[in-house]
Amino acid sequence: MSDFHFYTKLDQTVLLGIKARNVRELLEGIKEVSDSSIYYHTHRFLLQHHYLSPEPPNDFAYWVSYALGHAALGEQLWSVDIVEFPSIAELRQKFVEILEGHVASTERHIDCPQDQEFHFMASKTFVFSTHYVVHDLTEFVGILGKISINSLYYHMFDAKLRLKHGENDFSRWFRSLGKTELADKSRQLDPYSYTLEGLRRYIIVLVRKYDSH
Amino acid sequence: MIRIEDYEPIVGQATVEELFLLAQHLQGKVVQNINSTAVGGGVAEILSRMIPLLKQLGVEAKWDVIKGDEKFFVTTKKFHNGLHGVPVEIGDEEYEHFLEVNRENTEELVRGDIVFVHDPQPVALIEKRDEVGKNWVWRCHIDFSNPDPAIWRFLSQFIRRYDAAVFSAPAFAQKIPVPQILIAPSIDPLSDKNKEMPEETINSVFARFGIDRSRPVVTQISRFDYLKDPLGVIKAYKLAKARVDMQLVLAGGGATDDPEGPMIMERVKEEADKDRDIFVLFLPPASDMEINALQRGSTIILQKSLKEGFGLTVAEALWKAKPTIAGAVGGIPLQITHKHSGILTHSIEGTAHWIKQLVSAPEYAARLGANGKEHIRNNFLITRHIRDYLLLFISLFHDGDVVSL
Repeated sequence: MSDFHFYTKLDQTVLLGIKARNVRELLEGIKEVSDSSIYYHTHRFLLQHHYLSPEPPNDFAYWVSYALGHAALGEQLWSVDIVEFPSIAELRQKFVEILEGHVASTERHIDCPQDQEFHFMASKTFVFSTHYVVHDLTEFVGILGKISINSLYYHMFDAKLRLKHGENDFSRWFRSLGKTELADKSRQLDPYSYTLEGLRRYIIVLVRKYDSH
Repeated sequence: MIRIEDYEPIVGQATVEELFLLAQHLQGKVVQNINSTAVGGGVAEILSRMIPLLKQLGVEAKWDVIKGDEKFFVTTKKFHNGLHGVPVEIGDEEYEHFLEVNRENTEELVRGDIVFVHDPQPVALIEKRDEVGKNWVWRCHIDFSNPDPAIWRFLSQFIRRYDAAVFSAPAFAQKIPVPQILIAPSIDPLSDKNKEMPEETINSVFARFGIDRSRPVVTQISRFDYLKDPLGVIKAYKLAKARVDMQLVLAGGGATDDPEGPMIMERVKEEADKDRDIFVLFLPPASDMEINALQRGSTIILQKSLKEGFGLTVAEALWKAKPTIAGAVGGIPLQITHKHSGILTHSIEGTAHWIKQLVSAPEYAARLGANGKEHIRNNFLITRHIRDYLLLFISLFHDGDVVSL
């Protein structure tokens, strides 16, 4: 039986000096920036506002809705299901398709008010190990209650982009313990539908249930 | 002395543990902070709080202050004003003197594996870079959204020689061939201005100023300055008061270098004289306790700025779980997500509308305040600021988008 070593991650925010005033410029920016910028604008809300609501807002949707006042396009961007995309490249393509569709369908391109431009940023991610190592599910539950939300985020969200087949670090470890049903249930979990604290509580309940079996 | 562990009950043990883990990766590295004043001003305040905490984490953090004569500081004050959009004229001789003072300081100051230079005054110390050959970071604490082109041309020749530049808000980013990092400022939850205080203290401050806590109190804490729009605040209060009973508190420093300042102060006083429910409080500089009490005892906090650098008074209000209505300018939208953690407005009428709504719907207002407090806890406390500085220092030694430490 293998141990599970908890890691954590912290992000540095890098300013790219690229900004957009309207939908057309937003589209150009999304095409141009690095993957780490698309990652930043689709994931940072989760960490910065994780207590607010389980919906997965992204910066593009928020800006189009509130700075440009374009409710319909905002809703389209809002409804992009981030969990559905196995890679940042495919996620980027989805935003490009939506925005290209909009640009082709209208002649009017309203600029946002002054000082409300969209500023493209990116993440530089630092991954490092914590002191926490667990040997079984009982210890796992004890530590899961203690780790930072950054650690939870790393093992659930970042893992989905690192690992294939929708697996996350927890589900992979549960599988290695022979807890296939628990592993499947954790893998099927849509982490974007919870607040991070809600996700922590849900996993604890789930693991306790299977630990007693 | 405040200990880093004192923050654990506020931000959680795991967050403080992560700071210690990060700091391990800076062992043996000397971080040399350099600015132009040891006391007074926001930079000195944050350094005096942060350096002891960095040391407790095991980082060898140092702090030196450059020396300059009056002529030097007159020039750097002109830089400051020019960078904020005030027209200034700076002659060649002043630029040359600025460089001379930087060169003189270089002899005594520079040591450290990471040289962390704060604001424009010591920016030209980088001329020494080739001799020292260490890692240099420039930290800009001021609003850089629309710098005077001539001053920017002068400063940018130095900034572009640094290994990284740090700005407080996304709009301050520049087109320069240097990595630019976003690090927002922070508030200290254990400072006099922000720490918890007993209800009796709050009551006694309100009693001293004659404000009735049994009726709604709407407060703006800021300088009496055109850009903070105190007259707009009074207009919004009057529109809202036609429907809902309330008092208005305008509290802040009286001194201002805004040429329209005296006129605005006169107008504010005139308006206040006409309405016994408007309280205009000119607070002396050492009034942190009073500000804390006024914020905590108010029903709603306003920050109706027309232009803002970062607007940390918003973070202070939100940290006290106060429903906050603020202008959507500068760094304020980073602190408030509209209708989630506060209210962002663009006009006097909009501000009046939301004052009325929040006074009338205390449960909704309380939810905004609670969300606001959590947002500040996660993003704008000094522990997050320390974390960002540690990441910044570590990043100087690691390339790539993902770094495994």
